[in-house]
Amino acid sequence: MSNPIYKFLEEKVKPNFEEGGKLEKFYPAYDALETFMFVPGHTTPKVGSHIRDGIDMKRTMIMVVLAMIPALLFGIWNTGYQHFLALGEISTFWENVGYGALKVLPIVVVSYAAGLAVEFIFAIINKHQVNEGFLVSGMLIPLCLPVEIPLWMVAVATIFAVVIGKEVFGGTGMNILNVALTARAFLFFAYPTWMSGDKVWIGGGTDEAVAMADGSTGATLLAQATEKSSGFVNAAGAEYGNTFMDAFLGFIPGSIGETSVLAILIGAAILLITGIGSWKIMLSAVLGGYVMGLIFNAFAVNPFMEVPAHEHLVFGGFAFGVVFMATDPVTASQTGTGKYIYGFLIGLLAIMIRVFNPAYPEGVMLAILFMNVMAPLIDHYVIRANVNRRKKRTATVAA
Amino acid sequence: MSKAVKIKRGVDIKLVGEAEKVLVDAPRPKTVAIKPTDFEGIKPKVVVKPGNEVKAGTVLMYDKNHEAVKFTSPVSGEVVEVKRGEKRKLLEIIVLADQETKYEDFGAADPASLDAKQIKEKICASGLWPFIKQRPYDVIANPNDEPKSIFISAFDSAPLAPDNDFILHGEDKLFQKGVDALAKLTKGKIHLTVNGAAKADEVFLNAKNVVRHEVSGPHPAGNVGLHIHNFDPINTGETVWVVKPQDVLAIGRLFESGKFDARRIIALAGAQVKDPKYYRTILGASTKELFEQHTSSDNTRYISGSVLTGTKIDQEGYLGFYDYQLTAIPEGGEPQMFGWITPNPNKFSISRALPSWLQPGKKYNLTADKNGEERPFVVTEEYEKVFPFDIYPVQLLKAIMIEDIELMEELGVYEVAPEDFALCETVCTSKIPSQEIVRNGLNMLRKEMS
Repeated sequence: MSNPIYKFLEEKVKPNFEEGGKLEKFYPAYDALETFMFVPGHTTPKVGSHIRDGIDMKRTMIMVVLAMIPALLFGIWNTGYQHFLALGEISTFWENVGYGALKVLPIVVVSYAAGLAVEFIFAIINKHQVNEGFLVSGMLIPLCLPVEIPLWMVAVATIFAVVIGKEVFGGTGMNILNVALTARAFLFFAYPTWMSGDKVWIGGGTDEAVAMADGSTGATLLAQATEKSSGFVNAAGAEYGNTFMDAFLGFIPGSIGETSVLAILIGAAILLITGIGSWKIMLSAVLGGYVMGLIFNAFAVNPFMEVPAHEHLVFGGFAFGVVFMATDPVTASQTGTGKYIYGFLIGLLAIMIRVFNPAYPEGVMLAILFMNVMAPLIDHYVIRANVNRRKKRTATVAA
Repeated sequence: MSKAVKIKRGVDIKLVGEAEKVLVDAPRPKTVAIKPTDFEGIKPKVVVKPGNEVKAGTVLMYDKNHEAVKFTSPVSGEVVEVKRGEKRKLLEIIVLADQETKYEDFGAADPASLDAKQIKEKICASGLWPFIKQRPYDVIANPNDEPKSIFISAFDSAPLAPDNDFILHGEDKLFQKGVDALAKLTKGKIHLTVNGAAKADEVFLNAKNVVRHEVSGPHPAGNVGLHIHNFDPINTGETVWVVKPQDVLAIGRLFESGKFDARRIIALAGAQVKDPKYYRTILGASTKELFEQHTSSDNTRYISGSVLTGTKIDQEGYLGFYDYQLTAIPEGGEPQMFGWITPNPNKFSISRALPSWLQPGKKYNLTADKNGEERPFVVTEEYEKVFPFDIYPVQLLKAIMIEDIELMEELGVYEVAPEDFALCETVCTSKIPSQEIVRNGLNMLRKEMS
């Protein structure tokens, strides 16, 4: 190959990492970097299919990361917006972005650094290749956390999630629970004060030096919904003009990437057009959530149950979870029929947990983790149905 | 009883270099070889030595597991080499071909006047038996069995595949003779499946003694495994035999003339072929002459068979026993900088993450590149898009990988052959070698069951 960079890598750098080289042990790390820069020129074996589809795992994972970029960008802006809103100050677009970037980007960097470090260490110990799976998890983790989360917690949670949630099972493709949600659940139960309440969602909210303007509140809509079903107020204490619209566009406090359903829908469009995200899961989860919301509306005995069903879909992490986490192919149901059941139950349970147990307003996280565990069971029954069909055929033949 | 089935799941990968419907004589091959590696699950025992003179139909080797299954020379001439590889694995028995072929005489006969035993004996003696393969296991049929039915797929839907309607045109009589002989071997039916999307040639439409079916849709519409699955599915303990149309013809010729007449028409196709067309050649013919004259030798992958299921051979290789085409495509092998994000409009994909879906009808010049590294299963419902069986492909592959025989049986392993997984392997994001996995699984199962 004529590419000078490739030539340089092959001739000058690679020998150090190969057998007998000084850095022999670190070959997986080198391999990860080289294959990141250059898709290797491996050709098909002697027997088998000689032509292959242009897609590979790297492209698949990068597509998902790209799909999350709108949510990330909006999250950066919204972090600044909520901060200045709580302070009661007028801010420009760039002030919002500047403040948000300073808050959010370190979380992203720490998440990737901690996770990739673990991946590389495991690759070196196990002498296998570094897998692409963390590219997605590394972006999902920051987007589902509150902006005020201390960076060391991000690192600890990421390391916990990658080691216990994934590597102990054998790495990408083998895990039972969604890695990013494992990180979030870890923080939620280990440091609940940093994962709920009305301070962590607003940039600077936990910093006592930042004096909040009178009447301001950092409570999320879900937290407010435990007491009332309408008349929600924003960070400045003013009532939303149109709660549904503000929540849809994302001008509300919440985890970094979860607030704007619009930005999430752009990501969903990318996933659906490329076919990488399962429409079966997304559609059935939305249906499940909506149905549960309607049921609650019909039998409402408290304010939370009165929250209109369509508003449930734009509140909290529901949209984010359904689009980016429920669709994780490794931890979701693997059969077509199973996906409908899996998605529907996620939607149903997410709203149910959210409403019935206000201590866990983020029902979507628990619903997905629960269904991650149940997915193999769903698949089992779907596959048994196929097996029984085949057995029945034998019985017919024998008769 | 004839049925029509339309399948939706599958894909036609359109490639440049399709063979033009022109039939010419290939240069007479100097050497011809029988490759024991073409036959799964046999224990070859060679009975000739270099220097032996053979006729077309003289036994070169037989299967130690079934001594009746003989492999005979496709031409007359002198055995020049018995080639072995690592661990003395038998690779090729090479015969230097005479200018004029001399034949062993097995005696012409009308299949109608013979019983099943006599027909089997004649087919076995002449070395034509290996043309009859069986499902499950996708191996040479056991002459002691009686299958519940026999399937002939009249069309091949793989990319650049030869067109049997063109090749068998006008051979009605011999084809019918072959069918009549096969019909004696089963109490069940002979299922002949034609392409429902086009009008089949008279040779298939006029064939008697068969049940005709139609299957239409994208590849693997022509795969015989799919036909069996739809028309007479295999249950545990059952056996179905399959024969390719050109081999039915060879059986017909045996009964007509009493000779092992190993002539075969092949398509020479692929982007590296200068003038892709059809050639009259012979089973096991040396590919040197054809490839040298008609392909560009620059970084080329030579394949005996199709791009989906064929075997990579040297330029100076031999046409495989079960191959009806020779394909030459660019080898590729260049690393691509940031290849995982570049749009790559010239690569084919069933995923919409590449622009392939925006260019319907485009003919691709695909290389033998893997386009990525092997990974564990991650993406789901990908194989299902190209696997039109009522079987869960990934779950079956996993059952094979963990060697869980009971689960494999439950999930339908008896109904599949490696070729049915060729498209799964082609479209796989994780680049998993499913054909090899299925092959190993079937071999393991067969060993376990015997």
